[in-house]
Amino acid sequence: MIPRHQKILFAVLLAAALVMAGVLWHLRQRAHQRLLAGEDSAPTKAPDVAPTERATLLVANDADGSLLVQARSLPLPADPGARARVILGNLLDLYAAPDAAHPVSGGASGIAQVFLLPLQRGKNGVSGDEMAVVNLTSNFAASHPSGLETETLTVLSICGTLRANLPHVTEVRFLVDGQQRPNLAGHADLTRIYLTADAATSTGGNNQ
Amino acid sequence: MRWIRVLRGLGFTSSVIVLATLSFLAIAGAQTSPNSPPSRFTVVLDAAHGGDDTGGRLASGQMEKADTLALSVRMRSLLAARGMAVVTTRESDTAVDPVQRAQTANHAKAAACLSLHATESGSGIHIFTSSLAPAEPARFVPWKTAQAAWITRSLALAGALNSALLHEGFNVTLSRTDLIGVDNMTCPALAIEIAPLRGPDGKVVAEPDDADYQAHVANTLATALLAWRMEPHQP
Repeated sequence: MIPRHQKILFAVLLAAALVMAGVLWHLRQRAHQRLLAGEDSAPTKAPDVAPTERATLLVANDADGSLLVQARSLPLPADPGARARVILGNLLDLYAAPDAAHPVSGGASGIAQVFLLPLQRGKNGVSGDEMAVVNLTSNFAASHPSGLETETLTVLSICGTLRANLPHVTEVRFLVDGQQRPNLAGHADLTRIYLTADAATSTGGNNQ
Repeated sequence: MRWIRVLRGLGFTSSVIVLATLSFLAIAGAQTSPNSPPSRFTVVLDAAHGGDDTGGRLASGQMEKADTLALSVRMRSLLAARGMAVVTTRESDTAVDPVQRAQTANHAKAAACLSLHATESGSGIHIFTSSLAPAEPARFVPWKTAQAAWITRSLALAGALNSALLHEGFNVTLSRTDLIGVDNMTCPALAIEIAPLRGPDGKVVAEPDDADYQAHVANTLATALLAWRMEPHQP
């Protein structure tokens, strides 16, 4: 003979199990509905593509230590920082190509961010000039060939390309993964501030 | 006897003054002679990297620090054989601070300071001069831009080495860059980077650590420094 209180306990537990099963089924249905709703909100029209503009790249050449000017048509965003990143990414893509005259692996992903900061001159005045802070990835720095010439050319081509496309950028500073680093791959000093004007005058060239 | 007669003629006080003046000039002359430019021609050889700082890796697997040291040792012998005094910044696989390298060069009062590098990129010989703007020599110079007063001489030295290397058929690239260590040197200073020797098709003919290639480069540089020593502007 089953005691009365055990019958009541069994009935309560059965009722609780049925309620919980109902709640679970309801939650599952809600999650399913949410998923379907998400699919409905997916974009149905293509995103706007940035207009194609002319960009100037200063491409390094290891054979004669020179920087060659190359004009390219690229879709460029309006924001100057994003614009600089796209242009420099394109420059590094050229270096990552198999037959590059200045081979450096990594490509566009070597540039994490480019920040543009206004430069203050004098006591109150803002000159209109800007400093570009180029944040490289540690993978790019680690895979960069070591050497005075090759590292110098990479730095100068970045500075020269920024100057050619964003003339108000007069100074460039380099970071690697957001941190200051003594040099790029053992030679080029990354602790100093580079003047973009130097990119036009520093490269020599083969004189054979 | 003639001097004594002259001194007697001047009187006792005047004689004392004349003798004191002569003594002072003699002492001053003796004191300034060690500070005057040394008559010997000194070359500083700075083998880049060393110790934990291995530099780049060459195609043969050798580290740049070993290659630069080998070139430094080779050049030291060649320059000594040509009668030049040689000071090196390192003689073994030890880490040397860039500041220490510049201090060694500045104490040597050298006629030429060469920072030696090696790379797998590019071809031929890369000669770098500091990118500092030329400045007038001064008694006290800022440490970070000490090379500025020597830029003109450094460019002249680069020209002399460039001519000699071109004459020997090397492919030479002249550039200017910011170089920690070289920028602090108070002597005609250059960074010389040896890249692989390449044929007309761009293929590597000799690696920077190839003994014959290195000997050819070292010989040419030693001959060029000898010619640089003979130039009339040397102290």
